[in-house]
Amino acid sequence: MNSAETARAPFDPAVLFKAAFLGIVAIFVLVPLLATLLGGFKSLGELRVNPFGLPHHWEWQNYADILFSGRYWQLLRNSLIISTLTVTLTLITASMAAFTFAHVRFFGSSMLLSYLTLGLLFPAATAVLPLFIKVRDLGLLDTYFGVALPQVAFSLAMSVLLLRRFFKDIPYELLEAALVDGCSYIKFFRYVTLPLSRPILATVGTITFVNSWNAYLLPLVMLNTDALYPWPLGIMVYQGEYSSEWHLILAFITLTILPTIILFLLAQKHIVAGLTAGAVKG
Amino acid sequence: MAIASPINVAGEAAPQALRGPGWDGRFTVLILFLPPALLLFTLFVVLPIGEAAWYSGFNWNGFGRPTQWIGFDNYRFVLETRAFWLALRNNGLIIAVSLAIQLPLALTLALMLAEKFRGAVALRMLFFMPYILAEIATGLIFSFVYDGDYGLVASIWRFFGAEPPYLLASTDTAMLAVLIVIVWKYFGFHMMLFIAALQSLDKSLVEAARIDGATRSQTLRHVVIPLLYPTIRLSVFFAIVGSLQLFDLVMPLTRGGPADSSNTMVSFLYNNGISRMRVGYGSAIGVILFAICVTFAFTYKRWFMRDE
Repeated sequence: MNSAETARAPFDPAVLFKAAFLGIVAIFVLVPLLATLLGGFKSLGELRVNPFGLPHHWEWQNYADILFSGRYWQLLRNSLIISTLTVTLTLITASMAAFTFAHVRFFGSSMLLSYLTLGLLFPAATAVLPLFIKVRDLGLLDTYFGVALPQVAFSLAMSVLLLRRFFKDIPYELLEAALVDGCSYIKFFRYVTLPLSRPILATVGTITFVNSWNAYLLPLVMLNTDALYPWPLGIMVYQGEYSSEWHLILAFITLTILPTIILFLLAQKHIVAGLTAGAVKG
Repeated sequence: MAIASPINVAGEAAPQALRGPGWDGRFTVLILFLPPALLLFTLFVVLPIGEAAWYSGFNWNGFGRPTQWIGFDNYRFVLETRAFWLALRNNGLIIAVSLAIQLPLALTLALMLAEKFRGAVALRMLFFMPYILAEIATGLIFSFVYDGDYGLVASIWRFFGAEPPYLLASTDTAMLAVLIVIVWKYFGFHMMLFIAALQSLDKSLVEAARIDGATRSQTLRHVVIPLLYPTIRLSVFFAIVGSLQLFDLVMPLTRGGPADSSNTMVSFLYNNGISRMRVGYGSAIGVILFAICVTFAFTYKRWFMRDE
């Protein structure tokens, strides 16, 4: 009986069903991605007759043209500047606020914290028109800061929550002992809290970076000059210019999502950690 | 530091023990550490939302100061526009598809992939990949997939000898096409939430059920799924809030067209309020969206997430 069961195992219909199901979903996910990557290696004519398969003739030129054009690098540079600004400012302001909420008892602390966390509920789209007017009045329209500052503001709620929860786990006795020894809160923050919190800082930083790197609506509203466009805006312009030359557009898409995928592979631990940490207590 | 010094002087009078260690340092921290975050948040999140409510009472193109007060007329104009109701219906459709197709799919996959077997981790990463891609890139990839001349769908049609359709250019199919992309992009996110929950599950409960003679499916139905309820509720919450705010994905695919058939509330807001700088009108749409989101969030929290 036992041996018969083990022998039959490979033909278990449940296993077969599971494999088939996973296979179908994998194909559903993979085909558009692979077709994009390979499509960039085809000529427009071949794309029409052979959209699925490997290219008969590999057109490296599509990719080379984009890589040597300067335009691609400009988009990446803009994205990198905006995202780095956003991450740096978010980490500085959020960690300082989170530290205060975690370790300093003061009147109104919980009220201010709930005020900040309300931000989790607010749809950015509601704010975007008044934001445009505010950023314009501040003279920040068409600047990197005009995009980064609102992005920081919108990422604060989640960042402060995640950081505060982590900071709270640093034993209060440690802080007390340090204070008795004449260490200030600020020194404790700088030399104890921050070094101990590298994992959560990396997680919050990665999540903020990915959100900013992929953002579309805020840059769309705040930037008018092509030269300042981050890549999601730039690629839409590119697509508009080359409207049906899909081989070039596909090569361009591939090259712009490549940094995203590399970043994901490097930082997947932090991305998934942030996702689930944020999910445990929305 | 200078600001805190008078407090230092006052603090010296009282014995240090009474105040607790570091009592005076607290004020320095409060004054230096809290304002940057609170200021940014107030200036760029809270105030603009308040201003949206204010601007929505004006007929205003965004230049100079708003002067032409028209009360609630903007709301009336929005609610009288057929395209707004179409957009609202589309957001409803997105929610329906998320709840009826996306989450069950994610849960099924999570149950399959939470166990360890060869390739499980690779498949998890693969299914999560679409979530990492920018909405814009995803939208463009699928506008290629759906392209009537060069796309993948078109070549399947041609394989069967039929004239390929332009799915994104027809009012009948554009929204359906968008919905498929939404499932493609977001199921991996929910799958990851479920996998994380499954891995932190108390396995002794599952083992106990098995020892008591429950079959696999019984254990699943009566033990595992109930244990997942908190995560499922959270997933539903994320799915609905995300669906209400969907925008980036629609722009590269259809821009809300053809004939407003695939607009969401936010793309409707963008196309009418921002592109044409009708600030009052656009703000009214924004405020309606805000009211829906906040009402939903509070109701949902009260009804379904009370215990958390």
